[in-house]
Amino acid sequence: MTPATRRRTPEELLLQVQAEEAQDKRGRLKIFLGYASGVGKSFRMLDEGRRRAERGQDVVVGAIQLPPTPDVEPLLNKLEAIPLRQVDGVGVMDVPAILARMPRVCLVDGLAWNNPAGSMNASRWQDVRQLLDAGIAVIASINIQYIAELQGAVEKITGKHVTQTVPQSFLFGTDEIVVVDAPPEMCFGHSGQGVAGDPARIAHQLSELREIALLFAADVVDHQLETYLKQNGVAASFGTQERVMVCLTPRTSATAMIESGKRNADRFHGELIAAHVRQGQLDELARTALERNLEMARQAGAHIEILEGDDPIEAILEFARERGITQIFVGHGVDSKWWHRWTGGPVGRLIRGAQGIDVRVFPQ
Amino acid sequence: MTPPAPGKLKIYLGYAAGVGKTYQMLTDAQDLHRQGHDIVIGYFEPHGRADTIAKTEGLETIPRRNVEYRGAVFEEMNTDAILARHPEICVVDEFPHTNVPGSARTKRWEDVTVLLEAGIGVLTTMNIQHLESLNDQVWQISGVRVRETIPDWVVKQADQVVMVDVTPGALVNRLLRGVVYSQEKSKKALENFFQESTLGALRELAMRQTAHESESHHAEPQRHEPAVSTHAHDGAQLHDSGPPAQLLYPTGRLERILILVTADPSSAMVIRRAKRVADYLHADCIAVAIERPTGGNKIVAAERDAIERHLNFARNLHIDARLLSAEAVTDDPAKAVVEFARVNGVTQVFLARPRGKGLAGMLRSGIEQRVVWLSRDMQVTIVADRTRGGAA
Repeated sequence: MTPATRRRTPEELLLQVQAEEAQDKRGRLKIFLGYASGVGKSFRMLDEGRRRAERGQDVVVGAIQLPPTPDVEPLLNKLEAIPLRQVDGVGVMDVPAILARMPRVCLVDGLAWNNPAGSMNASRWQDVRQLLDAGIAVIASINIQYIAELQGAVEKITGKHVTQTVPQSFLFGTDEIVVVDAPPEMCFGHSGQGVAGDPARIAHQLSELREIALLFAADVVDHQLETYLKQNGVAASFGTQERVMVCLTPRTSATAMIESGKRNADRFHGELIAAHVRQGQLDELARTALERNLEMARQAGAHIEILEGDDPIEAILEFARERGITQIFVGHGVDSKWWHRWTGGPVGRLIRGAQGIDVRVFPQ
Repeated sequence: MTPPAPGKLKIYLGYAAGVGKTYQMLTDAQDLHRQGHDIVIGYFEPHGRADTIAKTEGLETIPRRNVEYRGAVFEEMNTDAILARHPEICVVDEFPHTNVPGSARTKRWEDVTVLLEAGIGVLTTMNIQHLESLNDQVWQISGVRVRETIPDWVVKQADQVVMVDVTPGALVNRLLRGVVYSQEKSKKALENFFQESTLGALRELAMRQTAHESESHHAEPQRHEPAVSTHAHDGAQLHDSGPPAQLLYPTGRLERILILVTADPSSAMVIRRAKRVADYLHADCIAVAIERPTGGNKIVAAERDAIERHLNFARNLHIDARLLSAEAVTDDPAKAVVEFARVNGVTQVFLARPRGKGLAGMLRSGIEQRVVWLSRDMQVTIVADRTRGGAA
């Protein structure tokens, strides 16, 4: 599919203008994402601060984990820091002091930290939002275990529960995200890790956490890409993320299709969508059968879409193009007419129309 | 004498020139050197970047080899000299590089394989766009047909794949400041490969691939003896040449993908896509083409050459590829394919999208349409044409 530039709808133009205006006023947020302590998130954050300061930008450190590790200490010495305010023995980022100082760039560690009761913001990530609103660019670092939506998956691996978190939506709103990747061995022996025991098991755990971090970053990048393409009126899908669409009717033998769709979506860490095109009234029997199929898809974690359209093939294709589907699964009925042997029938039409999308035909 | 334990391979994976792969690799090399490891530079491409060049200081470099080709002199990695020096670890930049004709091996990754087999550990760099199975998608995203590719199984052999990440914005900045390329080359690069959307898409692919490589290291699939009998008749039996054990799915069926290879150039696209799906699903993968008797007919002979080329391409990707001979084939090639698939426990057939529009396309669709029609107990995947501008 060519990223064809088409005429933008008024909504899209408005979206672009709004985005550009907000962009002008708001500070930019950049986040270094790591999968464990010891991968070097804080180092990368401070090193970027140092480089920017050397290029003449006004950079301050707003919050940093204390005590600093030996590798970050020389970097800290080169940067101006706004000291944390001590409230009830807890270090709190001094937002008023930073706003009064009004630097161009502020470096913030420990995004998930809770502020003591009575603070203006409950959490440090909300402090950051305040800095951004004031037009200060923020460079921050975070470990995936502190992302609320990833908590379950991370806890299953580490067995440790974290109470302070940052919502995923905050990270999806970043202007830039960088994965700080390092092989699992690099995190060994690092203080903060605190996992004791069999090195092979720790390596295995770290490797699983690493995968979660990479996939999360990929999702953020995918989201940014989609936003960028929409703002620029580019109607394209790059198929960087696999999206499987299973087409269901009352008569579909759905089990194999949904199982296979789920397996594909899981293995590719993609999305699973089950779609049905509504056509006229269904009798009681058909309605029950359809509901059974859709329920099965729901159980498999599929997102359900009911499409409208006189021509089911067109409806499927239009939706697939819009949503950036990479694989369409359809059933092939046994009652095909004899001429379908040559024309391919509806499935043949779907195959010919599905440009840039794989079509998988399931025997029925 | 027992052969040495193979050296370990570490790949620094990026998504464009200038993300900092070589810099990162050399930083690690310096660390290893400081820790007392015997490490040398086997090949390094400075690209005139001062900070990267500074990272080679204090490291021993094995001089390159001069190769003469058509009156010009080219420099290549001197694999023999590295083998003679036999360090513990060797730094080799630009993994996907193609050697000048006349070299002992065609590809640098083949040189690296020689080093690994000799027990030398290797650090190397590559970009995601050089991965064979993503070739069509990279073309779709960037408009560039990458010629220097590395088969996925070569990358899979790495003990570690580390992603070197930087944001597209920072990369474009580096480009504008002239860090990556000269000013003139930068301007051209910004117009083509370095568009923000292109970079974003390639970056996402690199992240997903790194996650996948990491996963295949820690998540050993549940291995099983093949549960499906592959016995057959007419000598059309498939001898399992893949790994000795396979993943058994909940349905109790072994996933086995068959790729239908024809003389059409789209076969390469089908092979890449099917292999990628097979790798992700831990499925078996075989490629089959139907031979037609030539009878001295020139057109048919050309077709045969194309088919042979496609089958070899599949073999290079470690796919069991075979030509079904005319004798074993009835007068209906589609029927022959489906019959072969059925006998060999194939669960999915992958084939190209029929070409041509409208009625002409329908009538030309031939074997593909017939296979869909006949495969009443198998899934059939019609692989999309992932080219710029889509299929005709």
